[in-house]
Amino acid sequence: MTATTYVVLSTVLFTIGAVGVLIRRNAIVLFMCIELMLNSANLALVTFSRINGTLDGQIIAFFVMVVAAAEVVIGLAIIMSIFRTRRSASVDDANLLKY
Amino acid sequence: MVSQQLLAAAGQMKGGEIATFWILAPVAVACAIGMVWARNAVHSALFLVVTMLCLGVFYLVQAGPFIGFAQIIVYTGAIMMLFLFVLMLVGRDASDSLIETLRGQRMAAIVIGIGFAGVVGAGLFRALGKVDSAGLTAANNKRGGNIEGLAELLFTRYVFAFEVTSALLITAAIGAMLLAHVERRRSDKRSQPQMMRERFAVGGYPAPKPGPGVFATSDSVATPARLPDGTAADRSISRILPTRELTSAEAAPKGTEK
Repeated sequence: MTATTYVVLSTVLFTIGAVGVLIRRNAIVLFMCIELMLNSANLALVTFSRINGTLDGQIIAFFVMVVAAAEVVIGLAIIMSIFRTRRSASVDDANLLKY
Repeated sequence: MVSQQLLAAAGQMKGGEIATFWILAPVAVACAIGMVWARNAVHSALFLVVTMLCLGVFYLVQAGPFIGFAQIIVYTGAIMMLFLFVLMLVGRDASDSLIETLRGQRMAAIVIGIGFAGVVGAGLFRALGKVDSAGLTAANNKRGGNIEGLAELLFTRYVFAFEVTSALLITAAIGAMLLAHVERRRSDKRSQPQMMRERFAVGGYPAPKPGPGVFATSDSVATPARLPDGTAADRSISRILPTRELTSAEAAPKGTEK
């Protein structure tokens, strides 16, 4: 077994996150699926770092973590403000700009 | 440092790592599927916590102690708690409806997902499956440890990205503050006499609301109180509780007949 198995696992996790984004409609669950996709990318980065024998992959995974934290803060604040005006966390209900 | 040399050494995965992988990888995948599957958003969040913990262990096993613990502290500790916090604020609305807006979209998404995972996973495995990893022993020992090596990279080659990250974090903090802040003018605040007049106006309800279970036939908070004429008082139960119709056996008072 080589370290590539981890990359395959990260592909599977990424796919589950992407499918979740497609089939769920709760904004918070959608956000969790995006987090799962980011995490699987991190796993691939850490594995690449090991395959290449340098620490750059781990550094980039670290930066991805920071960006994900900032993104979660902003995204949850947006969800909260949408919920405050529309009393719903479903992405189907936010359709004021549709037509 | 001996343990770090053993972790992620050059070449193939060794016995202990293979065992860890085959124990935790199914757990991670099952919990990821559970996250997408669960109707209740709180269950989704808890499933995602388990997946992230498994990923943290994978980072540790792959000789990244710093990134592994950062994963556990930042993701499962901070980010997921933020998620749970917002879920509690949003409340029970967090559960999803099962009605499909687009017909067959769910099935199509699952089929496309399986196809995508199959193609990319098989392609990667065939392309890279024989590649031996160089291992992180040399990189980790160059400066005396993983954290020292990461620090050296962070403050030399990636120092500009590091600075930009700090700007990003400050922007995010200010943005979240602006988005979550609600400005209330002093004139919008209702005074006590105003509230009293509203309560006693036509259509208001000046008396305190009846509590659940008062005059009721059962002790459950989900059964409405009875009005003097025997009808159920709707306002006695919380809006987020579903109204329950109890059988006569359930509705009988328990433990009080002795």
